[in-house]
Amino acid sequence: MEKRIRVLVAKPGLDGHDRGAKVVARALRDAGFEVIYTGLRQTPEQIAEAALQEDVNVVAMSILSGAHPQLFPVVVNLIREKGMKDVLIIGGGVIPDGDIPALKEAGIAEVFTPGTPTGDIVKFINENV
Amino acid sequence: MSENIKAALEAYTSTVEKAIAKFPERPNLPEQRLYTPVDLGDQDYVSEIGFPGQYPFTRGVQPTMYRGRFWTMRMYAGFSTAEESNKRYRYLLANGGSGLSCAFDLPTQIGYDSDDAISAGEVGKVGVAIDSLADMEILFDQIDLSKVSTSMTINAPASVLLAMYIAVAEKQGVSADKLKGTIQNDILKEYAARGTYIFPPKPSMRLITNIFEYCSKNVPNWNTISISGYHIREAGSTASQEIAFTIADGIAYAEAAIKAGLDVDAFAGRLSFFWNAHNNVLEEVAKFRASRRVWAKVMKERFGAKNPKSWMLRVHTQTAGSMLTAQQPNNNIVRVALQTAAAVMGGTQSLHTNSRDEALALPTEESVMVALRTQQIVAYESGLADVIDPLAGSYYVEALTNKIEKEAWEYINKIDELGGAVEAIEKGYIQKEIQDSAYKWQMAVESGEKVIVGVNKFQVEEKPVEGLLKVDDSVGALQKKKLDALKERRDSAAVAAALANLEAGCKDESVNLMPLILEAVKTYATLGEICGVMRKVFGEYEAHVNL
Repeated sequence: MEKRIRVLVAKPGLDGHDRGAKVVARALRDAGFEVIYTGLRQTPEQIAEAALQEDVNVVAMSILSGAHPQLFPVVVNLIREKGMKDVLIIGGGVIPDGDIPALKEAGIAEVFTPGTPTGDIVKFINENV
Repeated sequence: MSENIKAALEAYTSTVEKAIAKFPERPNLPEQRLYTPVDLGDQDYVSEIGFPGQYPFTRGVQPTMYRGRFWTMRMYAGFSTAEESNKRYRYLLANGGSGLSCAFDLPTQIGYDSDDAISAGEVGKVGVAIDSLADMEILFDQIDLSKVSTSMTINAPASVLLAMYIAVAEKQGVSADKLKGTIQNDILKEYAARGTYIFPPKPSMRLITNIFEYCSKNVPNWNTISISGYHIREAGSTASQEIAFTIADGIAYAEAAIKAGLDVDAFAGRLSFFWNAHNNVLEEVAKFRASRRVWAKVMKERFGAKNPKSWMLRVHTQTAGSMLTAQQPNNNIVRVALQTAAAVMGGTQSLHTNSRDEALALPTEESVMVALRTQQIVAYESGLADVIDPLAGSYYVEALTNKIEKEAWEYINKIDELGGAVEAIEKGYIQKEIQDSAYKWQMAVESGEKVIVGVNKFQVEEKPVEGLLKVDDSVGALQKKKLDALKERRDSAAVAAALANLEAGCKDESVNLMPLILEAVKTYATLGEICGVMRKVFGEYEAHVNL
C-alpha cells in the first residue's frame, strides 16, 4: 500500500481562532491524509520540531490575527534549517491579497483565504507533494 | 384549538400536494412550510409569553424597550498603541457612538508584556497593546469615565484590566461606585471556543467570584461578566447550542459564586450576556426571545433568586463576523444590516456592527462609519424600534421560540448529567458538539446546499481590495521602549512588595485578590509581571483537542 500523505495542521502565535484549522484538519483526514493538529499557541520552533518528529510531508498553518507576515517566514526558515527541504508549507487565514506575494517569496507554497473550499486544499496537496 | 382551523389547514395541505407535483419546492428548506395557530396549541399567553419587563421576559427586559431610548451603539475598537486607539475612541464618541468597547491585542489578553518573546508579531494586531497602567492612562485620555460606559473584551486577566480602569478613574477624580461598564470575564467559553485562557478552571473560577464579590461592594454599576455565546457561535455552533452552552456556563458561574458564600441576588443582577446576530433573521429573533425565557426560569426556579433584576437576561450583541465574506466585501454591508434588524427585533441592550472589510483585515475608519450608520438607520428610519417585540404573535416566530427553548433545555440537561459546564468542557463534549456543527456547515456550503452569495454562487472576477488598514509593525518596538522607560522610572521596591503580597494572596484561597491586584497595578507593575505571579502559583491550562 502506498504511504499516506502526512499533514501537520498548526496554529502559530497567540491567535485562538481555530474553527478554520479544525475544519481543514478534518476535511484533510476525510480525504485520506494522516493529520496531526498542534493545538493553539505554538511557537515557530515548536511547529518546526513537531514537523520533524512527526515526519510530515505538509505543514498547513492558520493565522487570523494579522501576525502572518512575521510568523510564517520564521516557521519556513526553521523547517528548512532542520533539513526538511521537501516539506510543502501552506498557509491560510485572514490574509489580505497584498500580503500574499511576500509570503510566497518567503517559501509559503500557497495561501488559502476565507471562502476557500476544503477540496481546493486537498487538490493542491495531492498535486504538490 | 378550534376544529375549523385544523380542517381548513388540512384542506390547504391537500391543495399544496397538487401544486408541488407541478412546481416542486426548493430543496433544503425548513421542514415545515407554514405556521398556523395549530403550532402554538394551548400556549398560555400570560405565563409563557407575558409582557415586556415582566417574567419570563420573552418580550424584553424593559417595560418600554426602545421607546424610551435606543440600545447602546457600542463599536468594538482598538489596535496598535494606546495613543492610536484613544484617537479612534474619541472619533466614535464624536460621531454618535454611545459607549466604548475595547479590543486588546493577544499578548494583553493572554497576560504577556509586549516585550515577551512569545508576543513577537502579535503586538497591537487585533487590539490595543496594554502593558501597564501607564498605557491605560493614555487609552482613556480626555474621555470622562464618569460619563461613558466601557466594555472590555478581556477574560483571563480581567481582574488586572478592571483594576487599571478603576485606577485611571481614581486619577480623573471619579470614584469606583460611579463607573459603568462591562468586563467579559468569561473563561469557560475561552476553553470551549475562543482560546485566550491562561489558568486552569479552578483558580479561574476563583478570580471570577473574587470580582463578583469585590464589585458588588465597590463597583456596583459594573457588569462583572459577559457570558458569551458569540464566540461559541463563531466557532460554528447552531443557534440553540449558542444559548444552551452559554446558559450552562452561566449556571456554573452562579454555582461557583454561591459556593463561595455569595447570595444569588447580590451578584445575579450584574451578570450580562453576549449573543451573536447571525444570518437567519427570524431564527435569531426567536433565539433572543427563547434565551430570556430560559435564563429567567434558571434564576427563579433553579437558584431561587427573588429580585426580578436577577431574572433578566440583559444582552450585548455583535453581528456575525464569520458570516462576512472576503469576496465582494460590499455585500457585507447588507448582511450586517439584516443582522442588525434581527438583534433589534430580538431586543438587544447594546450592539456592535461589523464592518464590510473584516474578512480581510481590521476595519478602516470609513468602513466603521458605515457600520455605525447602519445601526442609526435601523434606529431612526426603519421603524423596527418603535413598537416593542414586534414579531411576537407571529405563528412562526412563537413556534420557533418554543423549539429553540426546548432544544436549549435538552442540552442544559445533558450538561447537568455530565456534571456541569466545567466538566463538560474538560471532557471535550462542548468543543466536539461545536466542531461537528462547524464541519456540517462547511460541508453544506461546499455541496451548494447552503448558498453564500459571492462565495459559492454569483461569483465574479475580483481585483484585490485596496486601502485596507495595516497595523504598523513598529508597534512592538515602540511598546518595548515604553516598557524600558517605565521600568527605569517606577519605584521598583514598591513593585516587588506588591507582587510579593499578591503571590501570598494567590496561595490563600480565602483571600479576595482584587484589592491586591489593584495595589500592584498602582505601583505600575506590568500586566506580564502580575499574570506571571499568578501563573507561578496557579499553573496554566492545557487544552486537549479531539478532532
